[in-house]
Amino acid sequence: MKTKLRNYHAVRWDEPIIYQLNRSGERAILVPEVGEKITESVGDGISSIPESMRRKNVSQLPSLSQPQVLRHFLRLSQENLGADLNIDIGQGTCTMKYNPKINEQFANSEKVTEMHPYQDESTSQGLLEIMYKTEQLFKEISGLDRFSMHPGGGAHGIYTISSIIRAYHKSRGEEDTRNEIITTIFSHPADAAAPKVKGYKIIIIYPDENGFPDIEALKKVVSERTAALLITNPEDTGIYNSKIAEFTKIVHDFGGLCGYDQANANGLLGITRAKEANFDLSFFNLHKTFSSPHGCGGPASGVIGVTNKLSKFLPVPVVDYDKKNSQYFLDYDRPDSIGKVKDFYGVMPVILRAYAWIMSLGAEGLREVSNVAILNNNYTMKKILELRGVSMAFPEHKQRIEQVRYSWEKLTKETGIKTEDIQRRIFDFGTHYWTSHEPWLIPEPFTIEPSESYSKDDIDEFIAILGQIVKEAYEEPEKLKNAPYKSSIHHIDHDTLDDLLKWAITWRAYKKKYNGYFQHK
Amino acid sequence: MYKIGLIVNPIAGMGGRVGLKGTDGWKILQKAKSLGAISLSPKRTTDALEPLLLIKDNLKLITCPGDMGENETISCGFSPDIINGIKSKETTFADTRKAARVIRDCGVDLLLFAGGDGTARDIFIAIGMTLPVIGIPTGVKIHSAVFASSPSKAGELSLLYLQKKISKLKEVEVMDINEQAFRNGIVKAMLFGYLKIPYKRRCLQAGKLGSSPSEEIIQQAIAEDIVENMNDDFLYIKGPGSTTRAIMEKLGLSCTLLGVDVVYKKEVIGLDLSESELLKLVNKKKAKLIITPIGGQGYIFGRGNQQLSPQVIRKVKRENIIIIATNNKIISLKGSPLLVDTGDLSLDKELNGYAQIVTNYHERTAYRIKF
Repeated sequence: MKTKLRNYHAVRWDEPIIYQLNRSGERAILVPEVGEKITESVGDGISSIPESMRRKNVSQLPSLSQPQVLRHFLRLSQENLGADLNIDIGQGTCTMKYNPKINEQFANSEKVTEMHPYQDESTSQGLLEIMYKTEQLFKEISGLDRFSMHPGGGAHGIYTISSIIRAYHKSRGEEDTRNEIITTIFSHPADAAAPKVKGYKIIIIYPDENGFPDIEALKKVVSERTAALLITNPEDTGIYNSKIAEFTKIVHDFGGLCGYDQANANGLLGITRAKEANFDLSFFNLHKTFSSPHGCGGPASGVIGVTNKLSKFLPVPVVDYDKKNSQYFLDYDRPDSIGKVKDFYGVMPVILRAYAWIMSLGAEGLREVSNVAILNNNYTMKKILELRGVSMAFPEHKQRIEQVRYSWEKLTKETGIKTEDIQRRIFDFGTHYWTSHEPWLIPEPFTIEPSESYSKDDIDEFIAILGQIVKEAYEEPEKLKNAPYKSSIHHIDHDTLDDLLKWAITWRAYKKKYNGYFQHK
Repeated sequence: MYKIGLIVNPIAGMGGRVGLKGTDGWKILQKAKSLGAISLSPKRTTDALEPLLLIKDNLKLITCPGDMGENETISCGFSPDIINGIKSKETTFADTRKAARVIRDCGVDLLLFAGGDGTARDIFIAIGMTLPVIGIPTGVKIHSAVFASSPSKAGELSLLYLQKKISKLKEVEVMDINEQAFRNGIVKAMLFGYLKIPYKRRCLQAGKLGSSPSEEIIQQAIAEDIVENMNDDFLYIKGPGSTTRAIMEKLGLSCTLLGVDVVYKKEVIGLDLSESELLKLVNKKKAKLIITPIGGQGYIFGRGNQQLSPQVIRKVKRENIIIIATNNKIISLKGSPLLVDTGDLSLDKELNGYAQIVTNYHERTAYRIKF
C-alpha cells in the first residue's frame, strides 16, 4: 500500500522570549509577609547568610501574571516537535525511542520526589535498593565487576573514566609518563574532549579503507606513553568493529587500559559485552537507551563500569548491601577513590526509569530490543538506498547495527540540493532529521536510527517523506531552497553561532552583546 | 550607496566542455573554439548578479568593457560604470590583472570575478589581499576555495556582505594546477597565494579547504601546542601557509605567508629563505621542520614549497618533521593520504608511513603519508 503523506502544518505563535514579556509590577504570586512569631523565632532569614554571599541588587527575573506564564510555556510546547509527537528516527546517533509513561509515573511519584539525599539511610532503603539492583543489572549486561551511578551524562561518564585511568596509572607510579589517550575520529567527540580536560594528550585514528578504525595506525601510535584507548563500537556509521578484541590486546600489551563508550549500545544488549572484548572500563547512557528521553529531553545519566582491579578507584560513595543486617548502605570508606564527581549519588529519576524498563523486559526482552532495532535499521537502510541520489559510507558493510550514516553527495552533485536543504524541507511533513555529524567526514551526511520503537508503517512513512523530497530535489529544487513553509519558524541563520561576539545562550549575554556589539557596528 | 566591482573572464570554462581541461593560453583557446566551445561565463555571471537586483537602485557597479562585464551587467538590468584602458574583445590575463587594480583603486567594497583557478591567480597577483573578493565559478579548474559553491551563491554572498549581514573575512588559498600536466593525467595543484573572502557557512566550495568558522581558533590552538614544545637547541623551519603563520603570530614574530622562514630561540633568523640558505643553516644546527598540507590534495612536499628540497629534508631527518593541520583540512582530503613529491623517489619512499599530525592543542591525528 502506498504511504499517504499527511497534510501537516505546525503551530506558529511567534512567541517572544519570556524576558521580553516582562511588565514591571505584574506578579504571578504575592508572597505574604513573614509572620511576627516566625521572625521572632528564626530572625529575618537574611542576616544569617554571610555578607559576601548576599546579592547587592534585586534579581532581574521577568514579572508576569500566572495566565501569561501558562500561555507562554504552552505556546512554546506547541511549537516543539517532540519525541512523542513525531516519527523520531531522523535524529540518528540519539537512539530516540518510546519511553514508557508508566516509568515516568514511577519517577514522578512522591516516594521519589519527596526524598532528600541527606535522609538517614534507614529511611531511604527503597531507593538504595534500586540503585544497588540497577548496578547488578549493568554488571550482567556488560560483564564488568562494579558500577558507579554518579555521572550525570555520557561526557561526564567519560570524564569519570578518565579520572579512574589517571588514578590507576598513578597507583603504579606511571601518572606522568602515561599521558596519551587514543581514540578514533568516528568515536563520540567526548572520548577525545573529556580526557583532554583531564590533561591528557589525544591521538585520533582515522578509518581504513574498509571503514574500520585503522588498526595499523593504532600499532604505530601505541606506546609506553599510552594511558588508554577510549573507543565507541559500533561507531556512528553503524559498523561494528569486529576486530575490537585485537584493539584491546594491542593496547594491553603496552600496559594501557581500554575504555568502551557504549552510548551506541541499543543494538548490542544481550548480544555482545564489554568483558568479552577485554575492556577494563565502560559507560552506558541510561538516557536514550534505557527509558529516559535523549536530545535535551531530560536529565541524563552516564553510569560507568569497571573491572575488579579498578573498582577501588570508583567515586564515593558506592551503594552496598549489608547481608547481616539486611540493610543497603552508602560506602564512603574507600581510600583509593577518585572522590566525588557529582553531588550525591546519581540522577535518581533516570536510574529508576532504567531499572523499571530493564525489569519489565528481562534478559530475553533486552535481547529482543536489540534484535528489533537491528532489523528496523537494516530494513530502513534497504529502503533508503533505493532512493535516488543516496549512498552510504563504506557500502561494503552490508549489515549495520542500529544506525547508518548516509550521504546525499550524488544528489547534491546532480541537483545542488544539500543535506541542510533537506533538513529544512522535512519539517513541512511533521518530522525532522538533524545534520550534526561533525566532523563531516562523509559528504552531505545524514544519520537515521530507527530504534525498536517504530513500526514498519512509521518507517515507511518516514521513507515516503524522504522519497517525496528527493523527487522535489530533482524536479523543483527551488522549493527546497526556500523551505520550510509549514514549520513553527523559518530558517535560522546559524552563522551567528560562528561568531563569539554574536552568540548568546543567556538573556544577560544577549543584552550585553546585542545592546553593545551590534549598536556599535 | 554600495560599491562593487566585477571582472568576467569571458573564456573561462570553454576548454572544459570540449575536453581540454582548461583554457589557459591562446593556442588552447583557439583549439577550444575550433571544437565548438561556447563561453559559459556570461550566463553564470548573470546568475550571480541576479540576487543583487534587490539593491539595484542603491548599487554602483564598476566593471570592464564588453565581454569582461559590461554585457552581462547590462543584460541583467544594471547601469554599470565602465573602466578605461581595457580592450572589449580578445582580452588576456593582462587585462584581468589591470582591471583588478583599477577597480580596487575606485574604492569598491568588494570585487566579484567570474572565472576559474587561472583567473583567481591573476586577481591574487594584481591585488593580493587588499580587497575582499568572491569568485563566481565558471572555469574548468576550481581548486581554489575562493569560489562560491554556485554562481547564485556568489551573488547571495555578495549581497549579504554589502548589506553588512556578514562581516567575517577569511583568508583562503589560491591554487592552480599545471594544465599541461593535467592534460597528461597528472594533477599538480600548487599554492599560489591567498585571497580574502567574506565567509558564510557552506556558501563556498566544499571540500577544497576546511571552512570551519573556528579555523583560526584551531590554528591558534595548534600554535600554542607547537610553541609549548619548542626546544632552544633546535632551529625551527616554518613552511608556507596560514596554519604555520599562526605559530609566528603566537611568538609575535614577523613572517612570510608563502615563504619559508626560520626561527631560533624564538627569534627570526631568516625570512623567505631559498634552498641554499636553508642548507647553510641546517648544516650547522639541528632543525625541526613545521609544515602543513597544501590545498585539498594533501601534498606536504613538492607543491609550493620547493625550497624544502630533498637535501634539506634529509638533513632535518624524518623524526624532526612536524606536520600541522586543522581537522577540517584533514577532512577535506576525503580519506586520501598525505602525499609527498620531493623529486627524490627514495626520499619519498622513506617518508611513506604514518605521521602524527598536530590537529589541535594536545591533539594528534595518526594519518598515512604516501608518495
